[in-house]
Amino acid sequence: MKSAVVLLPGLNRDRDMIAALTKISGKAPATVWQTDTEIPDVDLIVIPGGFSYGDYLRCGAIAARTPVMRAVAEKAAQGVMVMGVCNGFQILLETGLLPGALMRNASLKFVCREVKLEVANANTAFTRAYEPGQIIRCPVAHHDGNYFADPETLARIEGNGQVVFRYAEDTNPNGSINDIAGVMNEAGNVLGLMPHPENLIEAAHGGSDGRALFEGVLGIAA
Amino acid sequence: MIKARVTVTLKNGVLDPQGKAIEGALGTLGFGGVGHVRQGKVFDIELDGSDKAKAEADLKAMCEKLLANTVIENYQIHVV
Repeated sequence: MKSAVVLLPGLNRDRDMIAALTKISGKAPATVWQTDTEIPDVDLIVIPGGFSYGDYLRCGAIAARTPVMRAVAEKAAQGVMVMGVCNGFQILLETGLLPGALMRNASLKFVCREVKLEVANANTAFTRAYEPGQIIRCPVAHHDGNYFADPETLARIEGNGQVVFRYAEDTNPNGSINDIAGVMNEAGNVLGLMPHPENLIEAAHGGSDGRALFEGVLGIAA
Repeated sequence: MIKARVTVTLKNGVLDPQGKAIEGALGTLGFGGVGHVRQGKVFDIELDGSDKAKAEADLKAMCEKLLANTVIENYQIHVV
């Protein structure tokens, strides 16, 4: 499985993401820059977290209008797997590849802590290495993770099983509707999530609950 | 040259934590009788030319494509 990581000015979780992909797949991902109009032939494109373009206008708004994101959208339409984490999730929403929006945390505070996640749908190409309903540990670090969708959209994505991760055990850190932490598109090849699974993949991280997400999507599930 | 002001506000029903915080702060400052506060954004935009109809059409496209996230926000265009 080959992967690529999108690099944009202001992202700061790219190194962690590259390290996770390299360690778990055994191959370093390709990297693509904001002005690139073509993405190499890969199976998975990852947009990491950070503060692209200083969060100007809205988180992810400027990044979503870059040439490289047009190329990502084309790849997604062809069925290539795309995963956005944190700012990457915000960018996928602003690009229109995922439904809904992310608002300022209800507490108005930046939250940097560990939460519990429920695998709300384990029957996806991303989460197949988890058990249905499994509760995992995962770190979060964000200021705008308060997921919102209008009632119609919410009913549709809940009905379709597009809600992939939920904050569990009263650990919702941002006030997101229905405790939503991660959603995918209807076709099932684009996933966005606020938590950082790349930061919990080995013993040195104090746990490896995030590892199965990469193993699932990279097709190396045990 | 045409000057325009675009106002972007949150849709009704969308929770506005920042507006709530401002509401609370106004109360703390002793301003009584403050109802709901909703925070928004204002863009002052200058456009070449003098065709107001074209300017309005362009501004609408700018709002739809960038200035507003229409999932959660409404916009108003005012050509001066």
